[in-house]
Amino acid sequence: MVGAHPGTVVVSARDEVLARLRAARDAGGATAPEVPREYRRSGTAPPGSAEVVDRLVETLTDYKATVHRVADEDDVSATIADILENAGVTTFVAPPGLPARWLGEVTARVRPDEPPLSVAKLDAVDAVVTGAAVAIADTGTFVLDALAPDQGRRAITLVPDHHVCVVRAADVVSSVPEGIARLDPTHPLTFVSGPSATSDIELDRVEGVHGPRRLDVVLVAPRA
Amino acid sequence: MTDPGVTDLGVTDLGMPTVASDPYGHLRGSEPFPVAARRSLADTQLRQNLGHATRTIRAKRAGVVAEVDDWEELRRAGEGIKADVMARLPELLVQFEEAVTARGGVVHWARDAVEANRIVVDLVRGTGAQEVVKVKSMATQETGLNEALGEAGIAALETDLAELIVQLSDDRPSHFLVPAIHRNRSEIRDIFLREMPDVDPELTDEPRLLAMAARAHLRRKFLSARVGISGVNFAVADTGTISVVESEGNGRMCLTLPDTLITVMGVEKIVPTWSDLEVFLQLLPRSSTGERMNPYTSTWSGVTPGDGPQTFHLVLLDNGRSNVLASPDGRQALHCIRCSACLNVCPVYERAGGHAYGSVYPGPIGAVLTPQLTGIQGTDDVSASLPYASTLCGACFDACPVRIDIPHLLVQQRAAAVDAHTRPTTQDVAMRAAAAAMSSPGRFSLVERALKLGRLIGRSGRIRSVPGPGAAAWFGARDMPTPPAETFRQWWARTRGPSS
Ligand code: SF4
Repeated sequence: MVGAHPGTVVVSARDEVLARLRAARDAGGATAPEVPREYRRSGTAPPGSAEVVDRLVETLTDYKATVHRVADEDDVSATIADILENAGVTTFVAPPGLPARWLGEVTARVRPDEPPLSVAKLDAVDAVVTGAAVAIADTGTFVLDALAPDQGRRAITLVPDHHVCVVRAADVVSSVPEGIARLDPTHPLTFVSGPSATSDIELDRVEGVHGPRRLDVVLVAPRA
Repeated sequence: MTDPGVTDLGVTDLGMPTVASDPYGHLRGSEPFPVAARRSLADTQLRQNLGHATRTIRAKRAGVVAEVDDWEELRRAGEGIKADVMARLPELLVQFEEAVTARGGVVHWARDAVEANRIVVDLVRGTGAQEVVKVKSMATQETGLNEALGEAGIAALETDLAELIVQLSDDRPSHFLVPAIHRNRSEIRDIFLREMPDVDPELTDEPRLLAMAARAHLRRKFLSARVGISGVNFAVADTGTISVVESEGNGRMCLTLPDTLITVMGVEKIVPTWSDLEVFLQLLPRSSTGERMNPYTSTWSGVTPGDGPQTFHLVLLDNGRSNVLASPDGRQALHCIRCSACLNVCPVYERAGGHAYGSVYPGPIGAVLTPQLTGIQGTDDVSASLPYASTLCGACFDACPVRIDIPHLLVQQRAAAVDAHTRPTTQDVAMRAAAAAMSSPGRFSLVERALKLGRLIGRSGRIRSVPGPGAAAWFGARDMPTPPAETFRQWWARTRGPSS
């Protein structure tokens, strides 16, 4: 149809949408206001402090994660071994860079995700064990970075029905802004706050839909 | 021949802010609000379901908002960021497009719903897939993507629990967050028993078991899906990062397991920088599900080798948004982060329900967004009835995490509806004057206080004049009955509390 009518031009959707938006923006006002940022951008207590760690235990527990507190990283492997055994886990997946010392006493069979397991294989394992990039005490959240060697690609923490996540006190911050500041936005990230849940039935929260239905957090934090 | 995505048109058409196309009638309802609302009001089951659900969520929201001592500062930051985005929207979109493209994503632009649907249908066809899994998205509800895919022989499977309930029962969504809010647990059980082939016939209406039934129903589909379709909550201009906020893990399934991901995004979803998420990830979950944080938020940028879909398409959608942006005040409606708090606190929504609005955007924000997206065409346009679906009580403004002045926009849209009349009636003239008088909650309160003063002077039982901007014009057209001792807003604040 190009050239069908004299005086017409061919315009891509991109150019047209941008032209419309420019015209509309100019008509409605193009002055960018100063954004008031008077909210708290740092936490009430320093990262890793006893106060922050205690709050994380509260908020995680409130949203139905089970928290296991250990004083020393040497105790992690015994705790994971207990968790897996009590849950009847026989096989679990681990990201390629999971610290070997976390699994020293574990008797369940580990399937390293290297080379990457198929979705069917992930569906056949009972659990997954990972680390975390950061945890946010105010909201009971930990964040998984798919490019961190001890966290692994997103599918491994999604398909298995039971997730065991190790969080170190040094990675626990108080507030959302502190958490965001520690993350790399170009990596695939998953913010996890409790096991999978829904509010879709009468707007009340019930746990257990498509993501892992069981969530254990091993928190490595020396008692103050 | 022209390429897909390229049309020829007169030079003069270029750059005119344009209203939405609505190929499946998901924006403009089929009857005026009062007619539809009258029917909803007669449905006592519906009113019970809505009353119960909105009461629950109001209490939860109030609890978690009260925990945050800088909530007002966060709201002001949210408002400021969005206003800044509107002032720089075209530039931010170009920056975002560059970042997504640099990271291996393919960006498409759609002028309207029809074009967006065509782009997605063609992309899915290109993969050869007969079925797609979808995570709940308002943008694709707006465009009617599921219908368009269906016409192309592609099955679109909604995976969000509430959306699944709506789809299985061939119903329409009635709420942003919980499209099946109008259904109670036993109705949901009945739908599952009727529509899910492999469901346990002994299924009870315990919410936990209903959630498990949904898990079993969708599991195989997720694990074998080749194409996922999503919307966007926030898109970061400088890094190309997109975020999807959800609860169930169905979003993670759709965003992670398929080979191809197609994301449809209204152009207003942009935020300038990654650190802006520190504001919205606090505002949104507390305002919407009343949680400190929703169970899952996924973020990604383009394509990541070895993780998630290796083909990523992003469709940027105008569909009337340029028309909204052109209005200096009305563009505030584009600030909406779809938390649904304004629906949950609205006395009109609570009674009439979402279907009465006839649009995928119901409630107070829908009443001001829908007519701006569709434009008001003539005197009989049902979109023009939406701004009247409000008591102007102001509860929506108080609840809104980004401080959208919905009462002001409602009054303004009423005036716009009046302007669509060819010959103004007396009521129209009065409405226009009132629009000026009530052009902000502050000014509205002033007039209200003036009316209260009028109580003292209205000896005859009628008030004939009142001070205040625009009030003279309003009272030029009518007398006002003496107002009660307490204004509606005062009554509301006293009986419902500021946070309910
Ligand atoms: S207008 Fe405000 S309160 Fe209503 S849904 Fe949008 S962000 Fe939430």
